[in-house]
Amino acid sequence: MTPNPYLFAPLLLASLAIFARACWKRLSLISLGQPEERFDNIGARFSDMLLYAFGQKRVLAKPFGFNHFIIFWSFLILMIANTEFILNGLFPRSIKLIMLPFELYVPLAFMIDIASLLALTAVTVAAVRRLFAPPYPEARTPEAFFILSLIAILMLASFALNATELAAYMLKSGADPVSFLSEARKIMPVSSYVAGMLPSLQLGTIHAVAWWAHALALMAFICYLPNSKHMHILTAIPNCFLHRLEKPNTQPREDFAIGNTFGVDRVDRYSWKDLLDSFSCTECGRCQKVCPASITGKPLNPRAVIHDIKVNLLENGTALKKGAAPQTPLIGENGEGSVSEESIWGCTTCGACMEACPVFIEQMPKIIELRRHLVESEAKFPEELLNLFENMEGRSNPWGIAPSERTKWCSQLDVKPFDKDTTEYLFYVGCAGSFDSRAKHVSVALTQLLDKAGISWGILGKEEKCCGDSVRRLGNEYVFDKMAKENVATFIERGVTKVITQCPHCFTTLKNDYRQYGLELEVIHHSELLRNLVRDGRLSIDKTTEEMGATVFHDSCYLGRHNDIYEAPREVIAAATGAAPAEMERNRSNAFCCGAGGGRMWMEEHVGERINITRVKEALEQKPDTICVACPYCMTMFEDGLKDVKADNVRVRDVAEIMAEAILR
Amino acid sequence: MLIVVCIKQVPDTTQVQIDPVTNTLVRDGIPFIVNPYDTHALEEALRLKDRFGCKVAAISMGPPNAEGTLKKALALGVDYAVLLSDRVFGGADTLATSNVLAAAITKLHTEVDEVALVLCGKQTIDGDTAQVGPGIASRLNYQQLTLVDKIINLDFSAQKIRVSRKLEGRHEIVDAPLPAMLTVVRELNRPRYPKVQMRLAAVESVVDVWNNKTLQLDEQKIGLKGSPTWVSKIFSPERDKGEIIGDGYADPTGTAALLIEKLMAKDMLPL
Repeated sequence: MTPNPYLFAPLLLASLAIFARACWKRLSLISLGQPEERFDNIGARFSDMLLYAFGQKRVLAKPFGFNHFIIFWSFLILMIANTEFILNGLFPRSIKLIMLPFELYVPLAFMIDIASLLALTAVTVAAVRRLFAPPYPEARTPEAFFILSLIAILMLASFALNATELAAYMLKSGADPVSFLSEARKIMPVSSYVAGMLPSLQLGTIHAVAWWAHALALMAFICYLPNSKHMHILTAIPNCFLHRLEKPNTQPREDFAIGNTFGVDRVDRYSWKDLLDSFSCTECGRCQKVCPASITGKPLNPRAVIHDIKVNLLENGTALKKGAAPQTPLIGENGEGSVSEESIWGCTTCGACMEACPVFIEQMPKIIELRRHLVESEAKFPEELLNLFENMEGRSNPWGIAPSERTKWCSQLDVKPFDKDTTEYLFYVGCAGSFDSRAKHVSVALTQLLDKAGISWGILGKEEKCCGDSVRRLGNEYVFDKMAKENVATFIERGVTKVITQCPHCFTTLKNDYRQYGLELEVIHHSELLRNLVRDGRLSIDKTTEEMGATVFHDSCYLGRHNDIYEAPREVIAAATGAAPAEMERNRSNAFCCGAGGGRMWMEEHVGERINITRVKEALEQKPDTICVACPYCMTMFEDGLKDVKADNVRVRDVAEIMAEAILR
Repeated sequence: MLIVVCIKQVPDTTQVQIDPVTNTLVRDGIPFIVNPYDTHALEEALRLKDRFGCKVAAISMGPPNAEGTLKKALALGVDYAVLLSDRVFGGADTLATSNVLAAAITKLHTEVDEVALVLCGKQTIDGDTAQVGPGIASRLNYQQLTLVDKIINLDFSAQKIRVSRKLEGRHEIVDAPLPAMLTVVRELNRPRYPKVQMRLAAVESVVDVWNNKTLQLDEQKIGLKGSPTWVSKIFSPERDKGEIIGDGYADPTGTAALLIEKLMAKDMLPL
């Protein structure tokens, strides 16, 4: 009954060699990437790895995640059984789990038996799901069914193996089958059940067949694993360990020196971690199911971007290692292995993909690197952006309005200039708040509330410049760098330390991006400030406003997902109206973008349904009278969307306007 | 073969104010831009360079800080940049300006390469005279093709050019021998955006500065002395203070009604 080790050993060695070679190849490909520090704060990394890799926290966020959880943990448990299997195959009868002390053996054998059953069930569920309701149509691949079948064969074979061994032991010891099996059932419930069904005469044959089926399936798995998307079994755990501990809400600076390259147009210009990301993706499709571009029918698909980076690396790897030029271009319309320009420009940088990814793949920064190459090295971008870039550089606002008009919004108001000795906060009005006729109302409402609460604040007036958010997300890092340096110099010179913003884009740029320029500001978004003022009693609401009717709140991506501010605006609305706003189906970290982030505010949307229309329809499902926002871009997108769907009876209000309605009217 | 583009640094006119005492533009604190029409002339020259492999020189007459304008041209890809700057050039009208520019073009023609085309914007947005381009053509005795919105054909070997001129309500197709001076309108092309590598190189690169020692022009023909035109007064037409009626944000319908009422009262809305 014992398999022949002289046959098994060379086969195993061969499959391990194939495994090692494939792993080595991929590791050497990853090492083509640029250096990046990902080994700081080991403690936090370790605990995140436990939570997200072993605890499967993000995997479990979706219903089928539980199925994966089962497979993952069964896998870990069954590694013990498989080690035993391999050792036993190489050195027959040398090492068996049963040699362990009985008190240890019993729970271990029980766990292995149950884990095998759970794994078998889970892969069956996975196969059925892929057949009838795949996460996305392309997920129904032969590759997926192949790997699921291999796992199923491993489980079935291990039941047969254990069962034949049990039956053989029973026959040899001459024990009473009924009492033996009922005892065995307490240790290995499934295998003993199978043992009871086995014909005693063919035990040897069944054992041999099961053993070799198990051995071949195991070796096939070992060979196939690193060559497929199932590589994630090896890379996902380190990927969770190596993920960016701070939110990936900003992009790294570039060094503008002659001879440098800017952005990424070939795969080896990505960092090694970017390349590791591509091997960690198992193509679960969760990113594409939350991506506003993918959902509304645009060519961008974050899963495909990561897949294309991997394919490109595999195709160009050999050439790149020799220092030769890559054959498959990273940017272009070449199908698999290349990312199309239309995809690159489709990203709203909403961050939903990164929030959804169970293994912390960072899709957005990779897309921005591609934009950087297109803008900075090729000056190639959608034509709407030419005016934007020139306006930003020449007049420091997206519309190209004369900078002298920046203070027009407050010409009728008594607004003080910021002075570090007499004013506490700088109110950084922002371009929308200064120039956009709708957003100006928000600026006015906010300043009235600040005065009412006795806040000491001032503005930079004509000295205020655009924060540069749009140009940075659009990949025009050169212009952003100039704008950021100018602003940082102004803030330092004027002694600014505390800033109020009414725009989440200014908020994140001043707070997170300018930190790269050595400026640590205490930046507060107006929704947080208003919430605090209500809490502290500095703004008191005698009578809540009924003007707003039924409200629903829309999370701005750069307030919510990128900066974790979810409750403050809701609390402001609740305080002002006396009732918490209704929630859309997708809210908070799962909220759907308005379509304006990442510089998309300044671009046309030609393909598919417009993102803002999609979101407006979702908001209207809650039958609101007022859609509440906390961002001037969201405001524009909703107002435009409401006009397009002819929902004239619904209005859009910023949280400051709602608060002002309750307090000042 | 050399194409010369004449560009000018102008104040961003949306931000321009006029000093009521001196009748001159207040330039303090006003950002400068490349005259928008000139950016189209520059783009066309660069497209011809891409197509024919000829060289492009950008020249500009102005104060030393106009170097920035020429660096922008270098960032876009011109091969030579020359700043014509001298105190004696100052205060020039269009005649004196065209004398200096024509002299510089002649110098480029003799010292660098044969000039086939001179491209200018149709006018500048500060002076708005549209005279300098034609002035250069007259001084150099070049063919003068103004308001060009398309170069239909250009043949350097046969020394011929065919262009479309955008006139009011019609287009005119004109053939001319080279060398020619073209002034161009915005419809001609869409200017390119500079690449970062080129911008960085432009920052390091040197703009040649030619003064009157270089050009050796008669001082009676340049600058204030060479300018028969005198500006007696520049002013912005005064606008009577307007009126904001109603609140179009809170009550658009009511405000529209108010507006109609006002217009009807003033008899400006015949019904």
